[in-house]
Amino acid sequence: MALKSLMAVTGVILVLFLLAHMYGNLMVFGGQQAFDEYSHHLRELGEPMLPHSGALWIIRVVLLASVLGHAYSAVALWSRAKKARGHRYAVTKSAQGASARYATQTMRWGGVVIVLFVVFHILHLTTNDIAPGGASTSPYERLVNGFQPEFWYVTLFYVLSVLAVGLHLRHGIWSALATLGANKAKRERPLHAASTLIAVVLTVGFLLGPLSVTFGLVE
Amino acid sequence: MNITLRVWRQKNSDAEGRMVTYKVEDVETDMSFLEMLDVLNEKLTTAGEDPVAFDHDCREGICGACGVVIDGVAHGPETTTTCQLHMRSFKDGDTITVEPWRAKAFPVLKDLVVDRGSFDRIIQAGGYISAPTGTAPDAHANPIPKADADRAFDAATCIGCGACVAACPNASGMLFTAAKVTHLGMLPQGQPERAARVVKMVNQHDEEDFGGCTNIGECAAVCPKGIPLDTISQLNKDLLGALASGNLD
Amino acid sequence: MTELYIEGDPVRDEKAPAGPVQERWDKRRFSAKLVNPANRRKLSVIVVGTGLAGASAAATLGEAGYEVTSFCYQDSPRRAHSIAAQGGINAAKNYRNDGDSIYRLFYDTVKGGDFRSRESNVYRLSQVSVEIIDQCVAQGVPFAREYGGLLDNRSFGGVQVSRTFYARGQTGQQLLIGAYQALERQIAAGTVQMHTRHEMLELVVKDGRARGIVVRDMVSGEIETHFADAVVLASGGYGNVFFLSTNAMGCNVTATWRAHRKGALFGNPCFTQIHPTCIPVSGEYQSKLTLMSESLRNDGRIWVPKEHGDKRDPREIPEDERDYYLERIYPAFGNLVPRDIASRAAKNVCDEGRGVGPGGLGVYLDFADAIKRMGRPAVEAKYGNLFDMYQRITGENPYEVPMRIYPAVHYTMGGLWVDYDLQSTIPGLFVTGEANFSDHGANRLGASALMQGLADGYFVLPNTINDYLSAGPFEKLDADDPDAREAAEAVRSRIDTLLSVDGSRTVDSFHKELGHIMWDYCGMERTEEGLRKAIERIRELRTEFWSDVKVLGGNEELNQALEKAGRVADFFELAELMCIDALHRNESCGGHFRAESQTEDGEALRHDDTYAYVAAWEFNGTGAPPILHKEELEYEYVEMKQRSYK
Repeated sequence: MALKSLMAVTGVILVLFLLAHMYGNLMVFGGQQAFDEYSHHLRELGEPMLPHSGALWIIRVVLLASVLGHAYSAVALWSRAKKARGHRYAVTKSAQGASARYATQTMRWGGVVIVLFVVFHILHLTTNDIAPGGASTSPYERLVNGFQPEFWYVTLFYVLSVLAVGLHLRHGIWSALATLGANKAKRERPLHAASTLIAVVLTVGFLLGPLSVTFGLVE
Repeated sequence: MNITLRVWRQKNSDAEGRMVTYKVEDVETDMSFLEMLDVLNEKLTTAGEDPVAFDHDCREGICGACGVVIDGVAHGPETTTTCQLHMRSFKDGDTITVEPWRAKAFPVLKDLVVDRGSFDRIIQAGGYISAPTGTAPDAHANPIPKADADRAFDAATCIGCGACVAACPNASGMLFTAAKVTHLGMLPQGQPERAARVVKMVNQHDEEDFGGCTNIGECAAVCPKGIPLDTISQLNKDLLGALASGNLD
Repeated sequence: MTELYIEGDPVRDEKAPAGPVQERWDKRRFSAKLVNPANRRKLSVIVVGTGLAGASAAATLGEAGYEVTSFCYQDSPRRAHSIAAQGGINAAKNYRNDGDSIYRLFYDTVKGGDFRSRESNVYRLSQVSVEIIDQCVAQGVPFAREYGGLLDNRSFGGVQVSRTFYARGQTGQQLLIGAYQALERQIAAGTVQMHTRHEMLELVVKDGRARGIVVRDMVSGEIETHFADAVVLASGGYGNVFFLSTNAMGCNVTATWRAHRKGALFGNPCFTQIHPTCIPVSGEYQSKLTLMSESLRNDGRIWVPKEHGDKRDPREIPEDERDYYLERIYPAFGNLVPRDIASRAAKNVCDEGRGVGPGGLGVYLDFADAIKRMGRPAVEAKYGNLFDMYQRITGENPYEVPMRIYPAVHYTMGGLWVDYDLQSTIPGLFVTGEANFSDHGANRLGASALMQGLADGYFVLPNTINDYLSAGPFEKLDADDPDAREAAEAVRSRIDTLLSVDGSRTVDSFHKELGHIMWDYCGMERTEEGLRKAIERIRELRTEFWSDVKVLGGNEELNQALEKAGRVADFFELAELMCIDALHRNESCGGHFRAESQTEDGEALRHDDTYAYVAAWEFNGTGAPPILHKEELEYEYVEMKQRSYK
């Protein structure tokens, strides 16, 4: 039970982060200066109360803790579920219909995919250790370089990963709200709709940047 | 109509089980699923083969004794109990796979019969209102808003069949637990023990080796009594409230 | 006739105090000896069965501090068949201010029982009814409520006041779950020890006292003996002797029959209630019948075509070609006449060849008028779950086509004879709920079974059993005791016999055949000729059973065929006693209709001068004529008269 709450709370933190992150990404449409300033400001956040990059590091630590907590509770629940089932069924079928179940059935493997993606994403755009189109100190350039048409496979990987995130969120947001006690019979459909909406907004929001670069809308 | 059945056969809780295929002929569409199994058992007995053991009692969908997984769905293709499922839901020539509830908390005793004692123990942990006989005030002493009474009733219709556990990909017993928490928690009589009840019942649920709930909703989709999924959210809310108020018992 | 039974000495209820009926229960509670709370821990009670009567008794005795051991054959105490009761529970609360009172409930019940029940018992039942509702509400039973938050009531089968409390169509379920939760609370508290999947197969009697039971663990097959200072049987009724009934598949007579064989008298075994509103039989394979709440008769109208063999779609039969026979024959009560009357009227119109549906065994229950009057949403709100159930079973939509109904065996008023304390003729053996014979006479009114089960378990037994227990604790016994050993041996040898016959017929085939005999000759209408034939055929079939039954597998495993075989074996013996009882009672009363005894217009004709007694039967050896003990019934308050619902 504590596991569920941990999962929900960390999930909510991560969703809030994603919303902020998406907001930041969309700055890309404001041009190089706006985007680079934004990312620079992130490092100055909280100064002079906090040292340079202090706030950012606090956020990073919280995020890392959330990811670890989220993953830990997922693995624990997963192994508990396996143990709790015991013998497997010869035939399994969803009573809710296959499409409704797709998001829930992909939560665990989808989660693993997302973790791998995040690792790549940090190496790519944060530390710039992976730099398909050439390294740069400007975040804007890193972005633009990374998603050039000739690196279509990078874009494709991003697209698939972001879709995985969206799917994960579709069930995840609803589930977190239910776990935190927000569901009521009358709210069930609105909550599902809301979580789908947020998932779609985030998916689209994250895809806009890279796709715009790949298709030459942002240079 | 003629049916091919693949049925889980297991001599006892220690034995290895396996799927065995039987043909059942002359099945009538008005038969209930269990009556079709009766026909199979009469045939097996006459042929000197051990009949298939399955739990059942009232055969009118209220005692909660019956329940098998039919073609991968708890209680089969209609949202009802196995005893109220009729053969008109199947076609001539169908092959039907019949398995027991699968959960560590529901060990198989024989064939399709499982032990659901874990549910009783969850109730023992706190699924009641302490009202010793003879201590009650007049029934009209406490008017209850109809909406609350109705919500309590919806949750109280749970028959304890275990389909929620059988259907849950996590083998969680949360819908069963939540139904009781919601039934009693909606009533003024249930308030004094409300916080302690939810904590104790959830602890017992976890101790019985049920899986954790991840809000998938398969439980409510197969529930023959339509216990709403929001009971689980109610339980979560009550639980968080209880934990926040320091009720860690 | 005399060759079939022997008449013995009369029997009397020594426990009911004399004096005004209103004061008898108080008097008895005062005169009954009490047990000091500190001593209760040293006294043990066995309770068999976890329905309303059993679960409520076990929970209440546990709360009182006795050491209780409870048994049920199901996998959980919550599954006992009380759970299937739909309609409601009566209580003389007079919340409707419609002239109801304890006295009126008492009067209605005595009259409804056709003057074959005890005034003292029925009055107490009515008094206690009021407390039951309070108790259940306190436990969290979600009774139907009105918008003001107060409890709703409805009128129910054969009465003209609204005194029935209900929880949609699932009143039995909600009451049972209330009792079950109270029981589980005591199990958690350690005052009750629960044994599920255990079936009582024998009673242990030591020095004339009931001291324990022999049970079979239905999973391991182990035969166990449990001892106590008193034994309570709350094992339900025996309607399954008819094979097809509204009882659960597992309901059986074994616990009470075994006690009967050990000396407990069996009261009025032939008093069987046939419920008028059940879904008709659809085929030979049918394993059970499903009841639909009698509350349907509040708004549905019952009819058959006027024309014999009219095969038209019911919707195409014009109004003037329909016979609303209950409204025609009983204008005052119409469709709300008591169950026995409604059932027999249905049988009569079907016997005339005007029945509908397959085999002509059905009558229409039509909601077209109600839908017109109240609108479909109102009908749905009130009866939706019943309509759904009907549609699920029959595949027909009752909102469009009238439902078909036919009477089915539902409840048995007969049972082990008990005194006012609910004690049988074996000291220390108490019997509660449907298992005893006491409160309903020859016919039970709707919504009174739940009332009686809970009255016995919550309020009556816990106040009377102490009178007996105050003489305890009795001598400690163990499994080596010769009487206990003999009882366990008897169980083992019976099981061995059943397993070793290795004949050619399944248990179910015997049970079905027995059921046919009982339904044809000891069902809704009984004749001397038919009953004699039935007795003969039951005896032949019983002999065949013991020489040709086929039970596979062994004892040391979960063996459902073996369980069934033992139950059917006891049904054979009970069936014969039922027929003898029905044969000897040459009058019609309540659920017992003897064709030889009817008024000119075909109504039941009682013979109060000859038969105003309880027939309490003593077992006298297998196959030997049983001994009849009569308990004369006296009516000081309700004047005995022919029932009339016209």
